[in-house]
Amino acid sequence: MADWVEACAVDDIEEEDVIRFDHGGRTFAVYRSPDDEFFATDGFCTHEKAHLADGLVMDDIIECPKHNGRFNYKTGQAKGAPVCVNLVTYPVKVEAGKVLIQIG
Amino acid sequence: MADRMKRDYSLVGESTRRAIETGLASAEWYHTDVSRKAMKELMQRSDGPAIRDTIIWIVAILGSAAGGIWFWGNWWCVPFFFVYGVLYGSSSDSRWHECGHGTAFRTRWMNDVVYQIASFMLMRNPVTWRWSHARHHTDTIIVGRDAEIAVMRPPDLLRAALAFTGILDFRYSLPTLVRNAFGKISPDERSFIPEMELPKVVTAARWHVAIYVATIALALYTWSFLPLVLIGLPRLYGSWHMVMTGLLQHIGLADNVVDHRLNTRTVYMNPISRFIYWNMNYHVEHHMFPMVPYHALPRLHELIKHDLPLPNPSIWHAYREVWPVLLKQLRYEDYFLKRELPPTARPYRGEFHEVNMSAAAE
Repeated sequence: MADWVEACAVDDIEEEDVIRFDHGGRTFAVYRSPDDEFFATDGFCTHEKAHLADGLVMDDIIECPKHNGRFNYKTGQAKGAPVCVNLVTYPVKVEAGKVLIQIG
Repeated sequence: MADRMKRDYSLVGESTRRAIETGLASAEWYHTDVSRKAMKELMQRSDGPAIRDTIIWIVAILGSAAGGIWFWGNWWCVPFFFVYGVLYGSSSDSRWHECGHGTAFRTRWMNDVVYQIASFMLMRNPVTWRWSHARHHTDTIIVGRDAEIAVMRPPDLLRAALAFTGILDFRYSLPTLVRNAFGKISPDERSFIPEMELPKVVTAARWHVAIYVATIALALYTWSFLPLVLIGLPRLYGSWHMVMTGLLQHIGLADNVVDHRLNTRTVYMNPISRFIYWNMNYHVEHHMFPMVPYHALPRLHELIKHDLPLPNPSIWHAYREVWPVLLKQLRYEDYFLKRELPPTARPYRGEFHEVNMSAAAE
């Protein structure tokens, strides 16, 4: 059974932004969309090991800071070279002002 | 001296093996500290500056081409083709570069359209070069890994001089396109292009070759060099500015280090060159933070210059600095220029740039 883990407080992330969350030896990226929804993906780009939390969120896109590879952070879909492998996404919920992600 | 071995610039050779074994490949690189808030502001995308610059660019290209065609057959066409050549053969490089990063425009398709056009003008396979440039940013001037090292060591000065004419690039680019069009991918290309992208390499090459064949056919049909002077040959007569600015990015500086302050150069340039080069003269800044669009690089420079070596004040100054370094590298290829940091900067990590200077003095 996958656990829900508290990643951060709602106010820790600005709108249209991303933060890094480390848990259990793994790194995740937690996003707040311009529509004030929250999402989570693996924290590293699938192309090379770069922290997506250092990248740029534009609408529903996260752009990797190293080679500008783009993913849809809501679906994990890779949007073209140099990224070819989709990101793993995780379910997210907000409870009592906290952002929780379900880690398998 | 076991580690004084010759550099092997192939991407599948001895230097490649050593770079992987020693952790130089895909390494963590030094970054100047910049707050997330400031970096977010600098990274913001906007269509406005690139649309403005692209309109100026296209109007200038079409205007100079029209002048060249109008005066074709007498000497008055020369200044028009001088301008046209630089716009076609040099400024296309910076458009290719910025749009390849996806930072010039906010709108993705605008980046893609300009990227494809600029790739054609440069005789660069748009797929291959997207991947080679990704590698250049992962492993900047790491011998055996970086596919875009312009001047290798020991430097071939004749080759560097000929680069200004575009002949060497032309001789490499056109046969490469033809080879790719016939479905042949080299081992070096395979080392940085994923398998699933290889069919796209062939398709893109076929489009490029088809346009060149049509241009040659038109030249034969009209029995005139004019179509070739407009399409293809500007890669020869107009690439000097690209080479003049591009060579300065890394030449004479360290290789096999993981600090862009040691292997990359920022040079203050005149406004015309900066327009042609789209601010890539701020090259340390670009390599450290490739997410920052060209129009924000001067602001980034102001923010982090306390941590960077002093920029060269001009193109001329930079070449005067480089020349004696190249001459020294002819005798001792491990020699490089280590640029001084200001007192406000975090120091270099010695283990990444130590060189036996007693041997250099021999």
